Amino acid sequence: MNTASVSSKFFKTLAAGLLVLGAGAALADQKIVPAQSDISFTSRQMGVPVDGKFKKWDAQIAFDPKKPETGKVSFTIDTGSATFGAAETDAEVPKAAWFNVPKFPQATFQSSAIKAAGPGKVEVTGKLSIKGAVHDVVVPVTLTQAGATTTAAGSFTIKRLDFKIGEGEWADTSMVANDVVVKFKLAVTGVAPL
Amino acid sequence: MTRSSFNQSERYSGVAIGLHWLLALLILGVFGVGFYMADLPFSMTRLKLFNWHKWAGMTILALSILRLLWRATHRPPADLPAPQWQLTVAHLTHWLMYALFFAVPLVGWAYSSAAGFPIVWFGVLQLPDFVPKDKALAEMIEPWHGALAWALIVLAGLHIAAALKHQFIDRDGLINRMRPGRG
Repeated sequence: MNTASVSSKFFKTLAAGLLVLGAGAALADQKIVPAQSDISFTSRQMGVPVDGKFKKWDAQIAFDPKKPETGKVSFTIDTGSATFGAAETDAEVPKAAWFNVPKFPQATFQSSAIKAAGPGKVEVTGKLSIKGAVHDVVVPVTLTQAGATTTAAGSFTIKRLDFKIGEGEWADTSMVANDVVVKFKLAVTGVAPL
Repeated sequence: MTRSSFNQSERYSGVAIGLHWLLALLILGVFGVGFYMADLPFSMTRLKLFNWHKWAGMTILALSILRLLWRATHRPPADLPAPQWQLTVAHLTHWLMYALFFAVPLVGWAYSSAAGFPIVWFGVLQLPDFVPKDKALAEMIEPWHGALAWALIVLAGLHIAAALKHQFIDRDGLINRMRPGRG
């Protein structure tokens, strides 16, 4: 091994390290606090609200309250982790008519724009991808801070048929409403004061 | 037709007769659906039947409130001459059935709430939960809903058997008091 190659490797590594550090500084090391965070949803079956939640998901957040428009948020959700709290219903979720988990194991959200919407409020626009379908969603978010933790909470409504969730006989919206309310609460550390 | 030994004034009122037969049909229907649906696997049919069962149950509860109010404010026909033990058993059966008209749907309602499925009457009116959403509680309540429903059906069987005995053995025309139509 000659000296040139070692030093070249060293500088490449150093450069990569600096890039990571730089990105880290921009993100201000923002981390989700899973125990205080939740992504849930409510669908209506014959008028009856039925609550479910995703047990496994992850989010990357880079958000500066002073410059919301520079922020970025992305989510990756394991569709197979959806639960209604009842074994017989949970067994249906991975099937082709619903989330088709074997083919589409993950749903994602990627923000395209974040803008301020009043004190402690932002509006996040982005692309929601579920079951191979991608649609734009606009998500109102309320921000609160307590100690080192910033909580971003809100809800938005999606049309389940836009994403083919519930196919075949289950596409009947008189049985299962098309509107599904998605609720989220994200506790994040490392966000600058509001 | 058997000979009728009762005149118009000895019949139940039209409202009482109407509620009796309407509730008889609803209760037998809802019991049959409940029995059939209990062990169905997840399906559209199961979802429909469960909701219809709950809507019917709440309808029975509401009509039973009306019926009790009517019963409390309108005197039924006097007892037929009969051995005291038969009168006692007949009255006890009636009152136990009344108690179960309320108990079965109320326990079912509690079960539904505890299981996390609030009842939305006819898909429109969401009824309040009077017990918390609690899986363990739901599992505790469930067998009671079934047991009380069975108790009601057994009592209804006894009630029907007694009515048939009056009609075909005693031939006293007792059924005429509750027969639909004009006296």
